[in-house]
Amino acid sequence: MVQSQQESETLEPVAGQSQSDENVLAARNLSVWYGNFRAVRDINLDVKRNSVLALIGPSGCGKSTLLRCFNRMNDLVLNSRVEGQIIYNGTDLYAPSTDSTEVRARVGMVFQKPNPFPKTIFENVAFGLRVNGFKGNLQEAVERSLRQSALWEEVKDRLNSSALELSGGQQQRLCIARALAVEPEVILMDEPCSALDPVATLAIEDLIRQLVAKYTIIIVTHNMQQAARVSHETAFLMVGEDRAGYLVEMDATDKIFTNPSHEQTEAYITGRFS
Amino acid sequence: MATNPSIQEQLNPRLSYRKKLGSVVYFLLLAAVLVGIVSLIVLLARILFEGIPWLSWHFISDYPSRFPERAGLKSALFGTLWIMGLVAAFTIPIGVGAAVYLEEYSPKNWFSNIIEVNISNLAGVPSIVYGLLGLALFVQWMAIGRTVLAGALTLTLLVLPIIILASREAIRGVPDAYRQAGYALGADQWQVVRRIVLPSALPGILTGTILALSRAIGEAAPVIAISALVYLTFVPTDPLDRFTVLPIQIYTWVSRPQDEFRGLAAAGIIVLLVILLSMNAIAIYLRNKYQQRSRE
Ligand SMILES: Nc1ncnc2c1ncn2[C@@H]1O[C@H](COP(=O)(O)OP(=O)(O)O)[C@@H](O)[C@H]1O
Ligand SMILES: [Mg+2]
Repeated sequence: MVQSQQESETLEPVAGQSQSDENVLAARNLSVWYGNFRAVRDINLDVKRNSVLALIGPSGCGKSTLLRCFNRMNDLVLNSRVEGQIIYNGTDLYAPSTDSTEVRARVGMVFQKPNPFPKTIFENVAFGLRVNGFKGNLQEAVERSLRQSALWEEVKDRLNSSALELSGGQQQRLCIARALAVEPEVILMDEPCSALDPVATLAIEDLIRQLVAKYTIIIVTHNMQQAARVSHETAFLMVGEDRAGYLVEMDATDKIFTNPSHEQTEAYITGRFS
Repeated sequence: MATNPSIQEQLNPRLSYRKKLGSVVYFLLLAAVLVGIVSLIVLLARILFEGIPWLSWHFISDYPSRFPERAGLKSALFGTLWIMGLVAAFTIPIGVGAAVYLEEYSPKNWFSNIIEVNISNLAGVPSIVYGLLGLALFVQWMAIGRTVLAGALTLTLLVLPIIILASREAIRGVPDAYRQAGYALGADQWQVVRRIVLPSALPGILTGTILALSRAIGEAAPVIAISALVYLTFVPTDPLDRFTVLPIQIYTWVSRPQDEFRGLAAAGIIVLLVILLSMNAIAIYLRNKYQQRSRE
């Protein structure tokens, strides 16, 4: 693995935090503030290794906010503040000694709207490797990621043409390839199919099911069927009376969709509100 | 259709009046455009008519002379090229650096607001003011003398605000989604700026820079303050030589009483226009190429 070639510089284990090996990530009493507004309140959840976790809930309940905590992308938002902990393999991602750029090389992200760089297909995939000082064979690494994201056959003859010439679905798979290139452990996806047509959406879902053998995936989705199709576990969030999002329940996806513990979950899933 | 007859009856469309008004406005607007274009064409035609007979190889390769038929603008042409090169070398790193700082790094507070407002104001200061500033600051206080370097530094001050504004515009046009994607891959701020923001903003920065430089080489007033009206029969060989530039040479010829010198001035204007139009053509080419790419 690319990752294991480099020693961690800042990700130190948290003293007294024992975490079972089957969880990659965990949120502990996590709250996120934008200025004086608390967007997300007291979240506790565990993310199992090599599984797909779906985050569902009405708009504005803090799904994206929660997701962006797992790779510290919220740091980039002015006036944002995080309380509580995100534990990644036993280390606290928000510890003062943790370097956010190192976190992001291990927890990759795919955005709602495909956002390839205005560079060649090859350079898009190579970007993460270059900025992280990759010393191995760049060609091979790029090819491997493109194969993993099921894009290789479509682009192998035009690696040097602009990524912006690809279709929307191809662009999104390129963004996945770009995230895979540094071989992160976790991939965060924020409504990755919401800008795509149904065929491209199914292609991405297929891909997610394949990738989970090697990666842990957390996906935000508005599409209940999608959550049911791709995820092993589902977390349902809601907006509380204080307008802060909170976790209603998290369970195996089957259970959430057939026999949820909370009435609100059932109401949401069956489309009885929002 | 269930229209309300009482409303329909109260309408007074005055169709023929509106039609007439429309065409009157159309012709007024057309006339406004034509005033500009026609006067430009007349001006150009006169300059071409007067200047073309004087254009020849020796006009470019000879130094100025008292005798019109022997006069050329070699010293002014080289002075202009020197100035252009030095101004570009000074303004591009400083201007782009300042723009990157203001757009990507500076915290948004009252201090950065003051800087922003001031840069916009500086871009509107009359050029002679920069000439006098350069005369006091570079020529006298820093004792650089009436040299190419002093002229270039003065014009640097003149175009710097323009280049900063243009570069900021270009940097602001880079979608935030690119930056987000860069950070999400583990890039730090400088990597995002250097590998994503600057390459995407480059065409816009270049276009703005070229247009700003073309303004600099067309300026006479600030350079006259620095170099004075000199009659030079040599080409600057280092930045501490004296110099003259095309607008000054044209100005000296225009102010001569003899008709021949007016022809020379027109020929000089043609040379200057060719340089300016080529620079603008490059800028337009870059802009179109960029727009094509971003449309794909
Ligand atoms: N950058 C921000 N600044 C201020 N408030 C924000 C910001 N991003 C999100 N919010 C607020 O936080 C809440 C949660 O937003 P978000 O995480 O985007 O929800 P979701 O992804 O579930 O739709 C919303 O009320 C939203 O308005
Ligand atoms: Mg969202």
